[in-house]
Amino acid sequence: MSHWIVVPTVLPALTAACLVLFARDNLFLQRVISVVATVALVVLTLGLYRLADDGELRVYLLSNWPAPFGILQVLDRLSATMLLLTACLALVVIVYAINGWDRRGRHFHPLFQFQLLGLNGAFLTGDFFNLFVFFEVMLIASYGLMLHGGGPRRLKAGFQYVTINLIGSTLFLIAVGIIYAVTGTLNMADLAVKASQVATGDVALLRTGALLLFMVFALKAAMVPLHWWLPTTYAAASAPVAALFAIMTKVGAYCILRMYGLVFGPDAGPLALVAEPWVIPAAMVTLAIGAIGVLASRRLLDLACFAAVASMGTLLIAIGLFDEVGVTAALYYLVHSTVAGAALFLLVDLIAIRRGKARDTLSAAAPFPRDYVYGALFFLAAIATVGLPPLSGFLGKLLLLDATMTTPHAAAIWTVVLGSSFLMLVGFSRAGSVLFWKSAAQPAPAAQEDVRRRAVPTLAAATLIGATVLLSVLAAPVSRALGETAHQALDTRGYVEAVIGTIKTASVTGL
Amino acid sequence: MELTLAIAIGVLTGSGVWLILRPRTYQLVIGLSLLSYAVNLFIFAMGRLRVGAAPVLADGVTNPADYADPVPQALVLTAIVIGFATTALLLVVLLVSRGLTGSDHVDGRESR
Repeated sequence: MSHWIVVPTVLPALTAACLVLFARDNLFLQRVISVVATVALVVLTLGLYRLADDGELRVYLLSNWPAPFGILQVLDRLSATMLLLTACLALVVIVYAINGWDRRGRHFHPLFQFQLLGLNGAFLTGDFFNLFVFFEVMLIASYGLMLHGGGPRRLKAGFQYVTINLIGSTLFLIAVGIIYAVTGTLNMADLAVKASQVATGDVALLRTGALLLFMVFALKAAMVPLHWWLPTTYAAASAPVAALFAIMTKVGAYCILRMYGLVFGPDAGPLALVAEPWVIPAAMVTLAIGAIGVLASRRLLDLACFAAVASMGTLLIAIGLFDEVGVTAALYYLVHSTVAGAALFLLVDLIAIRRGKARDTLSAAAPFPRDYVYGALFFLAAIATVGLPPLSGFLGKLLLLDATMTTPHAAAIWTVVLGSSFLMLVGFSRAGSVLFWKSAAQPAPAAQEDVRRRAVPTLAAATLIGATVLLSVLAAPVSRALGETAHQALDTRGYVEAVIGTIKTASVTGL
Repeated sequence: MELTLAIAIGVLTGSGVWLILRPRTYQLVIGLSLLSYAVNLFIFAMGRLRVGAAPVLADGVTNPADYADPVPQALVLTAIVIGFATTALLLVVLLVSRGLTGSDHVDGRESR
């Protein structure tokens, strides 16, 4: 049993505690600790990714309590991929944030580390009550981060964000209660076994619990009709926070894949693929609404928010196929949309700072110094987000369309995906041409804020865009690795055996 | 006992949902609190209602059937702690929001 598996949750927890206890009033020290810890997390998750790459499922039993009774963490390819993605995104975001944003409120760095703790825990846990706990850790930290910087608009959006998530948590607990009452277990692998053996009289109850839980994940994943919180929240949050939140919606998608592809997968007897009829139709509406939102946006930030909604729609269509080809496409698109979405949020901030009073409104303003750099970056980010060749958004959508070829909904999915891509293309082209080509004859805004002179934030955004380029260049090896990940993620029997197997080893060693 | 508990949970949930749909932030906080009480009772009841059975190991009692299910009780404890923390946080946000916008409406301004 490798103890490294528990470190991605322990490291941010200790870092956050250290930051609060020892570096409370020293911003420089906070920055150093935070960056060092995040770099360490990247190295660590890279190591875990290499470890999981042999295709073996590794189970970490906390305090060595045998599996269905104690709580456990499971490292497989899927969780390792998500951990690595989170850590890399976090590093870029923290580098961006230490150039000014973290000064606008207290405790940015501890909250950031707690957020990483929640995210890493949610990706690693193999127990769905623990999933609730890590969700709460993640959410409580996100409430703080969301309100970072203050101001009435942020507070108003923050209040609604907190409320909707508290209602979500309430539903989560009711669902957990029902599932526990029927099956008597909280362990995901054990639940996968018990769900297939559920008594006929209890099927309806368990189905209720499973679908309530699905609703909670759909809320996190911003799936229609539970998506309204996303544009308001992301538009009100500060730029680095919105960029980090790009991974938060993916937690919802990840949980849908875990619970409804694996636990309530095809082998779950009367509850096999219980969420399947809901995912694809809702995801198609999500994508359509996102695309229409992009077209209707009058500010660049709203455009980025609705692009995030649209990307969740695309991602959920691919997950909703619940087969290996579909999930491979979903994972490729997940990596792409996290990186591209975060890049877009950072770019919007960079552009808005430089445009003076015009901020990010889609109206003509004076050209700012070196606008060609930001124009080029925005052009690349837009290509990636909309899904035009040659960048990874195009490849992701291509994989998705290819995966849906043989499904009964193929015609509808193709229409929605291609139609929404067109709408987004129009929306982004309009935004780009207004921002960079239509200049008003006003004097250039005076460069006062020290933020404007720094190159590092721009480099951070450029790194994310570089990552989408890399993702396109390395598409073949990446999609091959993600194909194996998808295979393992849908292999209920392998998952159960790995966890049930640990019961035997634990009893053999006498612990 | 089951009926009483079921009615209590139902009344708490119903009142909670009604209050959440109201426009004032304070009503919303109270509604969420009522909902979390309902959920706590609900999880507790999901471990089956037992009277006079200990959830932790006691001397001389060896038959597992003589114990109440300890898991829901542990879950309730966790849920109470988390619910308490989030409600406190929401109250702070409420107060700051009230101070900054001068209104206790959930939208930060009165609807016309």
